[in-house]
Amino acid sequence: MASLKELRNRIDSVKNTQKITKAMQMVAAAKLRRAQDAAEAARPYSERMDAVLGNLAAAMATMPGAPALLAGNGKSDRHLLVVATAERGLCGGFNSSISKLARAKALELKAQGKDVKLLCVGKKGYDALKREFRSDIVDVVDLSAVRQLGFNDAHDIGTKLITMFEADEFDVCTIFYNKFESVISQVPTAQQIIPAFFPTADNDEDKTVHVYDYEPDEKAILNDLLPRNVSVQVFKALLENGASEQGARMSAMDNATRNAGEMIDSLTILYNRSRQAQITKELIEIISGAEAL
Amino acid sequence: MADTFTFSLVSPERELVSEEVSSVVVPGAEGDFGVLPNHAPVIARLRPGLVTVTKDGEVKRYFVYHGFAEVTQSSLSVLAEDAQPVEELKGDGLADKIKDAEEDVSVAKDALEKALAEEILSHLKAVEDTLAAL
Repeated sequence: MASLKELRNRIDSVKNTQKITKAMQMVAAAKLRRAQDAAEAARPYSERMDAVLGNLAAAMATMPGAPALLAGNGKSDRHLLVVATAERGLCGGFNSSISKLARAKALELKAQGKDVKLLCVGKKGYDALKREFRSDIVDVVDLSAVRQLGFNDAHDIGTKLITMFEADEFDVCTIFYNKFESVISQVPTAQQIIPAFFPTADNDEDKTVHVYDYEPDEKAILNDLLPRNVSVQVFKALLENGASEQGARMSAMDNATRNAGEMIDSLTILYNRSRQAQITKELIEIISGAEAL
Repeated sequence: MADTFTFSLVSPERELVSEEVSSVVVPGAEGDFGVLPNHAPVIARLRPGLVTVTKDGEVKRYFVYHGFAEVTQSSLSVLAEDAQPVEELKGDGLADKIKDAEEDVSVAKDALEKALAEEILSHLKAVEDTLAAL
C-alpha cells in the first residue's frame, strides 16, 4: 500500500491539474462567447452573398460560357482538400474528427484513382496528416500568430486557392471544418467551394422573385463576385471552426475538471482510510506492549 | 407610398448599419446612382468610394471598398469587403490604403494589372479629395 506521504503528493498533484483544467475551461468559455459573436456577425454578409450569387447563378445557368469557378472546368480528377483545424490541442476530439474525415475522403478519392492534394490550415491537422500524406500536402497555413481572425486572413487563403485554380493545379476544392452546433456538439463538415455550389434558392417562403438589372452585365459581376465568394466561404468556415474549437475545449476541460474532482475524492478516501489504519495499528502496538508488561 | 426604405451596410466581419432611411447615393462602378424608395431592382458593382445616406435630413457617409449593392423595391443592401464610417477613416486609414494602392501600381506585372491598380488608386484619391473638401 502506498505510504501516506505518497498519497498526499498524488492528491496535491491532481489538485494542481484540476486548477489548470478549470482555468482553461474558463478561458475557453470567455473566448467561445467572442468567437460565437464573430461568427454571428459574419452571417448576414455570407447569407446575402449566397442569395445574390444564387440569383445570378440561376440566371447564368442557361447561358453558355459560365465562369469556371461556378461551372467547374469540366473535370473532377484532381481534388484539393483544405483541412482547417486548430493551432492548439487539448480540445477533445476537435482536431482528430476533422483529420479523420479528411483522411477518409482522401483515401476514398485515391481509391477511385483521383489525384489528391491537401492544404492544411492550422498546425494540428498538419501534424495528424503529415505521416500518411506528406507528399500530398502542398501548403500549410499557420494562423498561430493571429489573435482575432479577420477577413484578411481568410482572403489570403482564398487568393491562394484562386491562384492555384487558375494555374490549373486542381479541379475541385473542398474545405473541411467543424460546424458549430452547440457547446457539446460540433459536426465535422465537408463543403465544396470550387466549383461554387449553391443550395437551390427556390424555397416556398421566398416567392418574391426580383428581376434585377445588372450594372455592369451579369457576367462581369459574377466574375467579380465568385473569387470573393471563395474568401467568404473560407472565412465562414474558419469562424465556425473557431467557435467549435473553443466549445470543444470547454467541454473537454469541463470533463477533465470533473474527472480530477472524482479522482481527488477517491484518493482522499483512500488517504483517510490508510491514516486511520495506521493510527489503529499504532494503538494496538502500544496496548499490546503495555499488556505484555 | 412609403417614404423610407431599409438600408443595410454589411462587411464580412459585421453588420454596420441596418435602418430605415430616405435616400442613399451609391458609388456604382459605372457612376454614382441615387436610391429612393421603390427603386427598380438592381445589382451593381461598386467602386471604392463614399456611400451617402440621408435619414431625417441628416447625412452620414460611409467609405466602402470592393463591394456591391443589391437594390430591391423596399431595401438596399451594400456588401463591402471593407466598410467604415468616414469618421473612423480620417487620419491614417485612407492614407495607408493609398500607399498600398501606390505599391500595387509599382509592382504590377502586366499592363492590365497596372491599369486596374491605377484605377483603384484614382478612386481612392478622389475619396481623399472629397473628404478634404468637406
